[in-house]
Amino acid sequence: MLDDFMTRAALAGIGVALAAAPLGCFVVWRRMAYFGDATAHAAILGIALSLALDVSIFAGALLVSLLMAWTVTRLSLRGYAIDTLLGVLAHSTLAVGLVVVSFLSGVRIDLMAYLFGDILAVSRADLAIIWGGAALVIALISWRWVPLLITTLNEELAYASGLNPNREKLILTLALGITVAVAIKVVGVLLIVAMLIIPSAAARSLARTPEVMAVVGGVIGMISAVVGLRAAYIFDTPTGPSIVCIASIFFVIFSIIGSVRNKRF
Amino acid sequence: MNLISVEDIAVRYGGNIVLQNVDLDIEQGEIVTVVGPNGSGKTSLLKAIIGAIEPTKGRVTLKRGLKIGYVPQRLNFNPALPITVERFMRLTAKTERHSCVIALEKAGVSELLKEQMSALSGGQFQRVLLAAALLGYPDVLLLDEATQGLDQPGSASFYRQIETVRHDTGCAVLMISHDLHVVMSASDRVICLNGHVCCAGTPAVVASTPEYKALFGDGTDGALALYRHEHDHDHHNNQSANTNEVAL
Repeated sequence: MLDDFMTRAALAGIGVALAAAPLGCFVVWRRMAYFGDATAHAAILGIALSLALDVSIFAGALLVSLLMAWTVTRLSLRGYAIDTLLGVLAHSTLAVGLVVVSFLSGVRIDLMAYLFGDILAVSRADLAIIWGGAALVIALISWRWVPLLITTLNEELAYASGLNPNREKLILTLALGITVAVAIKVVGVLLIVAMLIIPSAAARSLARTPEVMAVVGGVIGMISAVVGLRAAYIFDTPTGPSIVCIASIFFVIFSIIGSVRNKRF
Repeated sequence: MNLISVEDIAVRYGGNIVLQNVDLDIEQGEIVTVVGPNGSGKTSLLKAIIGAIEPTKGRVTLKRGLKIGYVPQRLNFNPALPITVERFMRLTAKTERHSCVIALEKAGVSELLKEQMSALSGGQFQRVLLAAALLGYPDVLLLDEATQGLDQPGSASFYRQIETVRHDTGCAVLMISHDLHVVMSASDRVICLNGHVCCAGTPAVVASTPEYKALFGDGTDGALALYRHEHDHDHHNNQSANTNEVAL
């Protein structure tokens, strides 16, 4: 079954969608979209370095993403203006990464594959890494689900309940780094945040509890991955962007349904 | 042993000293209110007690196994986070729906169980937060300006509920408040804070100290003097008189 590249691609997309949904909910709730972008953009620098040093691009991307996420978290605790800081870091790491790649002579690199994903080229080994990473992210988020929710609602409330909000935020940082690393192959660094927030945001108008939003987001993400893949095959369009397009269509449809049903949102 | 014991703490933010030489003990079943102008370190004191900030000097000791019920000023979630009142209540206290219903009934808002938190009015919101805090059977309730945004009758009835809770469960209450007239009637002890403890004691004693008058005005009753600045309604004297009556 895994011999078929379309099957492998579909499984890769489903794996990323499953991990992205619960994490994406927190990205939406905690207004971390830009933070996610910075982490994802930094991954291109990680990819450039791993190509230069001839190590696994998963490892390189993971390491640099985590480093980026951790740096931003630390700096924001010290009270830097986070919005500007993220803008500076996100785009400078992306630019530096692209420049470093251009220096790598002798290596033929399809830059587009890293920027927008190359899901059709997912190998069995890639699939194992994607599902391993996705399982880890889902395990982390489900393990800390309630503490993460309390921390998101009110940090003092978390302290009073005997939790350490900084530790919970570190869990999110870690999950984000892993998700970025495994999603590069599927949607590329520029569209990772789209996979995080669009399915979750689409699920918002249908959900009355945080749990339902995460589950529905996962379902929307999976359907988007499979349908997007199919659409890309039929219309000969780039796959990563096609998947995101399908997710966006879900978002528009559900937002309209939601606003008709409930005038407040 | 005291439930909470704060010994000579100092708190700094950057280079600024927010609190210094602060001592505070909370005993079982007492209602203690911290008053003080903006920037006087009231919230920092509360944060130091729950461990959200580390004092630069001195220490905070909580009784072993102390259960804290915390009522925040607000929740900083955005409407993108869907959560019903029931789910919220069962987050911090792992409990059953039945207990949530009882807690909401006591708070007089039993109809809200299925509502979205983001759809509640200010008064409903504070009552839900209080009901949620009480679900864990706390030894001490901490309230951070819990009546901000409530009108006078609203905050008066909120404080009556606190009084009832103390009476029913015997838990101690430490609150930060701006409603000076209610403080004067509903607290056992008042602590007047302005970077340090200016004065402390029973409401009557505190209200008569020169430090308190310097901070809050010097009428016969400083509380009412300040209260007059805030709103100018004809009926408000009656209103506060009523409140005092009921609360006493």
